[in-house]
Amino acid sequence: MQLQYLQAYWWLLISVLGAVLVFMLFVQGGQTMLLSQKDSLRRSLMINSLGRKWELTFTTLVVFGGAFFASFPLFYSTSFGGAYVLWMLILFSFVIQAVSYEYRRKPGNLYGSSTYDVFLFVNGCVGTILLGVAVAMMFFGAEFTVNKVNILDSASPVISRWSPTRGLEAIVCWKNLVLGLAVLFLARTQASLYFLNNISEDGSLSDKNRKSVLVNGVIFVVFFLIFVALLLTAGGYRAVEGGKGALALNTFVYEPNIYLHNYLNMWWAAAAFLIGTLMVVYAIIIGAFRKRNISGIWWSGIGTALVVLSLFWVAGYGNTAYYPSLLDYQSSLTIANSSSTLFTLKTMTWVSILIVPVIAYIVCVWYKMDRAPLTPTEIEGPGHKY
Amino acid sequence: MSVVDWSRAQFALTAMYHWLFVPLTLGLSVIVGIMETIYYRTRSSEWLKITKFWMSLFGINFAIGVATGIILEFEFGTNWSNYSWFVGDIFGAPLAIEGILAFFMEATFIAVMFFGWQKVSPRFHLASTWLTALGASISAIWILVANAWMQYPAGMEFDPAQMRNVMVSFTDVALSPVAIHKIIHTVWSGWTLSGVFVIGVSCWLLMRNRHRDEAIKSIKIGAWVGVVGMLVTLWGGDSSAVDVARYQPMKLAAMEGLYEGSCGQEIVAFGILNPEKTVTNDADPYLFKIALPKGLSFLANHDFDSFVPGINDLIDGVEKTPGGETVKVVSYAERMERGKLSHEALRRFDAAYTTGDEAGMESAAAEIKANYADFGYGYLNSAEEAVPPVAITFYSFHIMVLTGGYLLLFLLFALWAVYRRETLFSKSWLQWVAILSIAVVWICSEAGWITAEVGRQPWIIQDIMPASAAISDITVSSVVTTFWMFAVVFTGLLAAEMCIMVKRIRQGFDTPAVKK
Repeated sequence: MQLQYLQAYWWLLISVLGAVLVFMLFVQGGQTMLLSQKDSLRRSLMINSLGRKWELTFTTLVVFGGAFFASFPLFYSTSFGGAYVLWMLILFSFVIQAVSYEYRRKPGNLYGSSTYDVFLFVNGCVGTILLGVAVAMMFFGAEFTVNKVNILDSASPVISRWSPTRGLEAIVCWKNLVLGLAVLFLARTQASLYFLNNISEDGSLSDKNRKSVLVNGVIFVVFFLIFVALLLTAGGYRAVEGGKGALALNTFVYEPNIYLHNYLNMWWAAAAFLIGTLMVVYAIIIGAFRKRNISGIWWSGIGTALVVLSLFWVAGYGNTAYYPSLLDYQSSLTIANSSSTLFTLKTMTWVSILIVPVIAYIVCVWYKMDRAPLTPTEIEGPGHKY
Repeated sequence: MSVVDWSRAQFALTAMYHWLFVPLTLGLSVIVGIMETIYYRTRSSEWLKITKFWMSLFGINFAIGVATGIILEFEFGTNWSNYSWFVGDIFGAPLAIEGILAFFMEATFIAVMFFGWQKVSPRFHLASTWLTALGASISAIWILVANAWMQYPAGMEFDPAQMRNVMVSFTDVALSPVAIHKIIHTVWSGWTLSGVFVIGVSCWLLMRNRHRDEAIKSIKIGAWVGVVGMLVTLWGGDSSAVDVARYQPMKLAAMEGLYEGSCGQEIVAFGILNPEKTVTNDADPYLFKIALPKGLSFLANHDFDSFVPGINDLIDGVEKTPGGETVKVVSYAERMERGKLSHEALRRFDAAYTTGDEAGMESAAAEIKANYADFGYGYLNSAEEAVPPVAITFYSFHIMVLTGGYLLLFLLFALWAVYRRETLFSKSWLQWVAILSIAVVWICSEAGWITAEVGRQPWIIQDIMPASAAISDITVSSVVTTFWMFAVVFTGLLAAEMCIMVKRIRQGFDTPAVKK
């Protein structure tokens, strides 16, 4: 019983990290808007505004991966080793992002500022869309099988195998892409809201950002509604008693509308989803139409986090297969059959207490650094800048 | 090349690139912390300039370190997925702790370091600089715990029902002697590297007759940090050598190119290996060597007369007593047999588990437990497969030792000179020596990692899992593509990083120009 609680607790932590990551993707969203900004001062303001946050997004992604490895190693092993093309493209886009802020305006950067700006654009598009695709596989399935006895096959000892397309099939799956595009336009919407909050400029940048909130927000809502329709009508697998042996991870049964049922059975998840959605819509409205309002990023951020949390909850709780296999449904992964042991989860749970002071100092630093918005004066003055 | 070899190559490529930048981050963050502390106490504008100059170099280096680091964590999943499942219950924990404790700390406070001069109080800024340094060191500590565990898998047991290894003692994982010594040796080697870097860069500025006062002050800090780092590194290295002798004797034999061991074994201070030598012929292992009597016995066991086995001794299962008597111990052929027995028992266990045969499970589990120490040998087809690439291990080890010895002398001399004969730093010969020492310290640092990682092959987990069994279900062409993709990108970024560094160093302690 204790193991089940800890598995649920660690799935909650993964959900929180996922929620924070999706919120922080406003950095990537902002990066996709830089190339279209022709005014160099405004572009500089946008880049420097984003540049003070990019490391938090990057770090959240790395910790998300590390926490998944520690708590649900079979997912880590299956997804990363299988969807090789998908994950390598994501990683590649983050590699080129990591140097771009620091190097783009440095003398001697070899390739010119515009190259690094293109790197940021690529990361903004590829990072958001493909992370959306990776998460969509948790609902619409992935092409893998798991057979632990393979570990004894000297010639080919791999336990998790994927279809020969190695994740490419997930990228071209339209259902996955719907979520990927929703994430992209959510990130762009949030970036515009963030700029409204973080940049103080006398010109028309604010008007442009409000227009951007409206345009990107509407496109996001369209993709999001399609995704929700797909989600609530999608079937999935639920684990039931009966699995035995290392070969059988568990016994699964197919259930139509499984995520709809999960929302109906888990009122708190449904509440988080509805409240979160309303908060994001409210953020879009106040961001687009209330001329002096700059608080949209917080409404949108909390709303996004709530929706993402609820999505993880309906994906993983209630013995739902959070990583359904399209090739052999009995290979599907649940938080029960893919987790670390009781001992490791207990140990890591003690470590997880440290998340509280981590959040405290992040909030403290964010507050101290962003008390005053970024201004052209600061950008044109001395000091470190991107 | 097979998918295993390409995956090895890709991991080696990313690790070696990453290790170009990490040690400078580890040491330079401490040096910047010391400099800012002096500024905080003195409020001297000169120390502020010094701090900001080295901080800017730290930032350039840090960015590319982050870029190369993300790949390493995820490659355990993408390229070594079997490994990720087989020991994920143990190995994932240090990585997650690294992320929670260290990465957020670095990511949060580095923003204050660079952008917070006018936004937070001087005290808060100083604290942020030190917390960034602390975050970098904590990050290194936990990844080294993970690496040490692969070389000395402690605190775990095999669970046949789950067909994986599970953690039974977190303290054994985190505080194993191999981990402690590896942390000491590696983290402080970053101090050494950074000390040499600061002295070398400062000498380059002195050569151009620029910023003399700032450069001399920087050399003083660099020399102190470098000397302390080097002494601690030596201590950790000595302890690590004892660990290698005890837990990875084949690695030690390869480090010395030693095929036939003896009591009171000499150590090769410098040598050229005979490329014709293999485990199956009687050729002399060396074309040329300069050796110190009984040195290897002392290095390995802190006992001049102790026995150190060679590669053939280990394969044949031979040890010698101090009296010269040969004693038979377990040979690699026997270990392979035991490994295969454990594999067979695991198959039986699974069959019994599936049918609910309690007695069958019990007897199979007992047999697995009895032979599990040699589980990895069950994957080998010949004993020779358990021998690492001797030449790479031998030369990298000797390059590390020789360059390390030189660096100790250089740093001690620099420390003495900067306090007692400061005028020596006006001499062009010393300036050139200091500048060239920057290349030497990087060669030393990379050679150390090559020794540690090539010398432990074929094992991804010592004796438990060879790299060939840890692999993902991916094609050669996929890994070849990503290998070259990363090779091109990392090389291009390294070139940019070096050009930016050089440009920034040329500006000296003046406020840097920024492109519009």
